[in-house]
Amino acid sequence: MDKIKLTIDNKEVEVAKGTTILDAAKTIGVHIPTLCHMKLDDMGIENKPGGCRVCVVEVEGRRNLAPACVTEANNGMQVNTHNMRVINARRTVTELIISDHPFECLTCAKAGECELQDLAHAMGIREIHFEGEKSTYREDTSPAIIRDLDKCIMCRRCEMMCNEVQTVGVLSAINRGFNAVVSPAFEQNLDHSACTYCGQCVAVCPTGALTEVDHTPAVIRALSDPTKTVVVQTAPAVRAALGEEFGLEAGTLVTGKMAAALRRLGFDFVFDTDFAADLTIMEEGTELLDRLTRFLEGDKEVKLPMLTSCCPAWVKFFEHQFPDMKDIPSSAKSPQQMFGAIAKTYFADKQKIDRKDLVVVSIMPCVAKKYECGREEFAVDGNPDVDFALTTRELAALIKLSNIEFNALPDEDFDKPMGESTGAGVIFGTTGGVIEAAVRTAYELHTKKELPKINYTELRGMEGVREATIDFDGLPIRIGIAHGLGNARTLLEDIQSGKSHYHAIEIMSCPGGCIGGGGQPYHHSDSSILKKRQKAIYSEDERKTIRKSHENTYIIKLYEEFLEKPMSEKAHQLLHTSYFDRSTQFEQED
Amino acid sequence: MHILVCGGTGCRASQAELISENLKTEIENRGLENEIKVVSTGCFGFCEKGPVVKVVPDDTFYTEVRPSDAKDIIEEHVIKGRPLKRLLYKNPKNENKVTSTAHIDFYKKQVRIALRNCGFIDPENVDEYIGRDGYAALGKILAEKSPEEVIAIIKDSELRGRGGGGFPTGLKWEITRNVENKEKYVVCNADEGDPGAFMDRSILEGDPHSVIEAMAICGFCIGADKGLVYIRAEYPLAIERLKIAIKQAREYGLLGDNILESGFKFDIELRYGAGAFFSGEETALIHSMEGFRGEPTFKPPFPSVSGYKGKPTNVNNVETFANIPVIINKGAEWFNAIGSEKSKGTKVFALAGKVNNVGLIEVPMGITLREIIFDIGGGIRGGKKFKAVQTGGPSGGCLTEKDLDIPIDYDNLIKAGSMMGSGGMIVLDEDDCMVSIAKFYLEFTLDESCGKCTPCRIGNKRLFEILEKITEGKGTEEDLERLRLLSNVIKDTSLCGLGQTSPNPILSTLDNFYDEYKAHVVDGKCPAGQCKSLLKYEIDSEACTGCTLCFRNCPVGAISGERKSPHYIDQSLCIKCGVCYDKCKFKAINIV
Amino acid sequence: MKVKSLADLRKIKDEVHEKIKLREQSENAEQIVQIKVAMATCGIASGAKEIMSYIIDELDYSGIDGVVTQTGCMGYCYAEPTIEVKLPGKAPVVYGFVTKGKAKEIIERYIIKGELVDGVIPVTYRTIDE
Repeated sequence: MDKIKLTIDNKEVEVAKGTTILDAAKTIGVHIPTLCHMKLDDMGIENKPGGCRVCVVEVEGRRNLAPACVTEANNGMQVNTHNMRVINARRTVTELIISDHPFECLTCAKAGECELQDLAHAMGIREIHFEGEKSTYREDTSPAIIRDLDKCIMCRRCEMMCNEVQTVGVLSAINRGFNAVVSPAFEQNLDHSACTYCGQCVAVCPTGALTEVDHTPAVIRALSDPTKTVVVQTAPAVRAALGEEFGLEAGTLVTGKMAAALRRLGFDFVFDTDFAADLTIMEEGTELLDRLTRFLEGDKEVKLPMLTSCCPAWVKFFEHQFPDMKDIPSSAKSPQQMFGAIAKTYFADKQKIDRKDLVVVSIMPCVAKKYECGREEFAVDGNPDVDFALTTRELAALIKLSNIEFNALPDEDFDKPMGESTGAGVIFGTTGGVIEAAVRTAYELHTKKELPKINYTELRGMEGVREATIDFDGLPIRIGIAHGLGNARTLLEDIQSGKSHYHAIEIMSCPGGCIGGGGQPYHHSDSSILKKRQKAIYSEDERKTIRKSHENTYIIKLYEEFLEKPMSEKAHQLLHTSYFDRSTQFEQED
Repeated sequence: MHILVCGGTGCRASQAELISENLKTEIENRGLENEIKVVSTGCFGFCEKGPVVKVVPDDTFYTEVRPSDAKDIIEEHVIKGRPLKRLLYKNPKNENKVTSTAHIDFYKKQVRIALRNCGFIDPENVDEYIGRDGYAALGKILAEKSPEEVIAIIKDSELRGRGGGGFPTGLKWEITRNVENKEKYVVCNADEGDPGAFMDRSILEGDPHSVIEAMAICGFCIGADKGLVYIRAEYPLAIERLKIAIKQAREYGLLGDNILESGFKFDIELRYGAGAFFSGEETALIHSMEGFRGEPTFKPPFPSVSGYKGKPTNVNNVETFANIPVIINKGAEWFNAIGSEKSKGTKVFALAGKVNNVGLIEVPMGITLREIIFDIGGGIRGGKKFKAVQTGGPSGGCLTEKDLDIPIDYDNLIKAGSMMGSGGMIVLDEDDCMVSIAKFYLEFTLDESCGKCTPCRIGNKRLFEILEKITEGKGTEEDLERLRLLSNVIKDTSLCGLGQTSPNPILSTLDNFYDEYKAHVVDGKCPAGQCKSLLKYEIDSEACTGCTLCFRNCPVGAISGERKSPHYIDQSLCIKCGVCYDKCKFKAINIV
Repeated sequence: MKVKSLADLRKIKDEVHEKIKLREQSENAEQIVQIKVAMATCGIASGAKEIMSYIIDELDYSGIDGVVTQTGCMGYCYAEPTIEVKLPGKAPVVYGFVTKGKAKEIIERYIIKGELVDGVIPVTYRTIDE
């Protein structure tokens, strides 16, 4: 590769041609502040509209200052990143942004995590010399995401995630000048758009303009109500990230401390979504085998490939964008909803509690789960199977609020029966995990033989679209994996055009899968955090003695006592669902 | 025989009407009224030497004529048939007296190249265009020249982009030609957005074929077979005429496959813009054509390398294109003989504001502002005093008396603190408040900013707020400092040309009219009497007759007083509408 | 019709010139009057369309053989609507601020009698042919 030489702050730097000034400066430890720029290394995700102008630097010979994040370094360039002209401009630009930002830091959900706050601090801003009118916009509350555009700084990260990465195409800049905002088409609210609530916009928003709907007050109310029995379930990806909120190194597993904390918060039963993940595998794995067998027997009606359905944003995505394919995904509910359905029937019966007095709270790495638990079909007589869904971040805040010294907690176990899980349930938290778990079970159910190996590394990784062929004792099963809805779209379009050759496809909406969910601790553009979380998930799997869902003794017991067998009538009634065509939903309303 | 007397405002002010009267009297005295007619005309564009009188058919031209000269003109010229020597125009170069207008070098200060056919031909008739050498340039290059040769001609002509930037056109074509790609585009930027500028519209309405021909020539040079005209939807007539012209050109085989049997293929489509000012920026224009939000992106890559649909794209504006066929037909040398040293050819300006002859003018580069304003424009309306001229649209600056004799070209205007822009030229007189003018332009940029980058989105808003404060009399000297400081940062940090130039009207008025700003913030006065908040209407009790007219007309009941005794204005109620001032028959109301 | 070569183009050009010449030299040349009405947006906004149809009607009414065409902006925005009148064998004359009354005056006095009337706009520019 061609190399070029330039001088940054009087130091000579050699970098590959095409490197930006920002990246070139990084190589010699010169930190140029940025705001709108965001890059997830190795994941092909980058936002660089060059809009905020915080990263401007002086390039000798140029009339104007240049934005370091988009300006390519050239041979012989002389760059000053921190002289007084630059600092004056940078501070003024920062002051301008703050002059159009509400001073609500005390009550802002993003306080402490806000990149604008950090920037203001780093710039030493003590006074705003250019105060004036602030741009305002109505607040928009949807089932999962709140848009508070008064706090929007037009970094356009959300827009990039929504359009380029997720290809959902809901958010885009509208209006001009001072009134420019990022909004769904025709200034509709989010709940009147094709928004999937994947929450990737929330995950990248540098300020408090996009946040999750806060379920914490409702959970506190339930916990303080003596007439209620409150059950909690925790999704697999939460344990791999929660520690970050308490200063622990990314990738630190905190499963035991998390269970202990939840118990101290007053939850009556501390259960695990992993249990429901095992249950999902039983149902989804059986469904896959069923479809495969029918296919091999020559049934032309059968739909293949089968797509996973545990991600609620993905479900909403195809309901809006590919309604003609709504029969292809597995009809199995997501683990969160399976958990709720079992908790409010099997478990409630056992405990002799009326479902109305049982509150199911889930801790999720996700904001779409807030929307999912509110879907009408997941309620009985208006009583939802899952009452509230807290994000990993909300749980951390609740723990801090309750003055629980998280890092000093002992490791504790989940409660039985719905706290028992296998390694297969855990890996649901990362891209490739659901399908690997399904393979472990489907292989043994189909071949009646023991798995030759347990770690299917060919299914693992961070590539956006991956594929592998797994030998089911002579029957090659072709598997596709996509994470990020844009990658999912590619696979779906292949299916539509008949080009797809897969038998099963796993789809996760968020880059990295649930470990990169919209409800996780903010990664602040550091993709190594996602990789560390992924590593933690697999190490939890390694640590488990039972690593196949169908060997989970409490799952076996659940079928014996209650559900009979996978895909039984009862299982269908409680654990399966159907999907809706939402493509014309809003046209009809308007 | 006719005697034409200039009836332009400038000459009228110098008793041109009396000259007519006297001429008529002299003619009647001699009983010649059937043979000789006296006719008053519009401005001759020679106000410097006014009043002027012209005798036709012999084309004799008299300058600086006084009413008392009427007798001599009739005696000498009409009766004796010889020109009245002492009133003939004296050529400043050699002191020779010039008789005919055709021989006065500087009499016709305008040179129409881009506008050559506007007002001459029927724009909806391709034959008339061909009749004036239309499509001859295209025919010539297809038959005789290679793309490189044509680019060399354009380069030699030293034509620079007329959209404002002044980038050498030939060089742009060459760069686009040298990027290897099978698919390239020629884009005509017809997204004219400067307030008051309408030269591109006029060219498209008056001579659409010239642009079509030039685009085809450009396509031939850069290796493109597709042209796109990005035109604002607010220009329905231009769109209609362009559509008719494209249709006619296709019928004649001047667009389409195998043009003039040369094997060259080229066609043009229209793309409509919503008329956002910033869409005139090349990259924003391309995004808009692609169906995205018309926002600029960082350059490089330049459109020449990666433009429409990521393909090499040559963007020129309408006026630039309109020059191309003439350059090919008449040659580079003919073209670069016109104009100044660094800027060749002509520039079209939309002359507006407080001049007598507002209009669309085309002048050679290097002409002075004085000639434009006082000769072509006929001077300041109502005999008021010239204060400043704003060029370059909202991105430009205000030039003053001291700049009037600068030869206008791209570089000199920038040196003087303004710019060429797309050709808006607004003349201001003593009644214009410079703070309000700066505010007017900023309000425009504020509306037109795309909102992508911070300095333009928020910075300009803050500048506007400070100016508003000043015009409301609430400004401080510190505000003037803040204006300058913020303006400089906005210039230094904005993403595109719009933001980088948006503070220019403020900076140039601060430079040239600092005292006027100071009067607003220190003395609480608007010297031009434009800022309402700083005005006060007062009744002069000496002059007031107590007629009650003001009392009866005041819409808010702010005036009180007894009949036949002096009235009084309650300042706390007065909304400064000025009705009392207009109504008073005794000039008893003063603005202070 | 397709124009196939430079020669074809020249032919059209010559035909156009021929047509004009014919008009000028024809036997009833005296009566052929050419009038151009500036019909750019500015002209139309100032009423050029009405003036154009008025002139056509008036020429008809007066039995004058004339050609009335539209053209683009002449540049005299301060004086719209503007028209250019070309009498056979004479240089074209531009009139500004043309109202119906003015148009009538121009027809009756200039076109019919050949007397210039007030409101002539002197040409203040050179063309590329000069």
